[in-house]
Amino acid sequence: MQVAITYFAAFREMTGISNETVTTRAQTLEELFREAMVRHPGLAHEPAALVAVNDEMAEWHGSLSDGDQVLFFPPVAGG
Amino acid sequence: MSFEIVTAPIDLETLKNSVRDDAHGACVVFEGWVRDHHEGRSVLRLEYEIYRPLAIKEGERIIAEARERFGPLNAAAVHRAGLLEIGEVAVAVAVSSAHRDEAFRACRQIIDLAKVRLPIWKKEYFTDGSAHWVNCQRCLMHGEDALNVGHP
Repeated sequence: MQVAITYFAAFREMTGISNETVTTRAQTLEELFREAMVRHPGLAHEPAALVAVNDEMAEWHGSLSDGDQVLFFPPVAGG
Repeated sequence: MSFEIVTAPIDLETLKNSVRDDAHGACVVFEGWVRDHHEGRSVLRLEYEIYRPLAIKEGERIIAEARERFGPLNAAAVHRAGLLEIGEVAVAVAVSSAHRDEAFRACRQIIDLAKVRLPIWKKEYFTDGSAHWVNCQRCLMHGEDALNVGHP
């Protein structure tokens, strides 16, 4: 299946890109992130990172569907 | 009830007036200011990156949760995006209710949850020329080196 990934803030700087479309066999969002770390060696796992799918917050163990828009959020710091 | 993202300076009078209600005798306003230091380092300015669609959706959800928990109240919040100088208002939350206790508690809950749930990222620029993303552990370790070699 094909999904679109967007990297924000520190993740964008670590990968050097804002977004990409990838073909994947990842079952979960966590697996998709691990694949991204292989493609982008500068990308590091952050314990407090968040993930959203199609503009809704999601869980790392959540599943993926073809055409999903996945958003990888590094640890947030509003205020 | 609204959560807004703005690039221009926050208009605190407008924010306060948006929660005005003749049945409410208390109004609590929290302002978050840009501070000139962080963990002993001298800060020059801040930059906020915000993913607007989800920040507004989650921000309005946080306000709705405060109403559910603390009862009838009016609440509104505004967060700045982009580059901010020292002393500027980065975020403001206004809550009004019949009595002060609910207003204080609701305001506290809204700002506390806004800091941990909204897709907002803060980059601190230090006076020594370096910069880092707040709360990002790997950035603390690698970010400054990366900046020095001109990595994006």
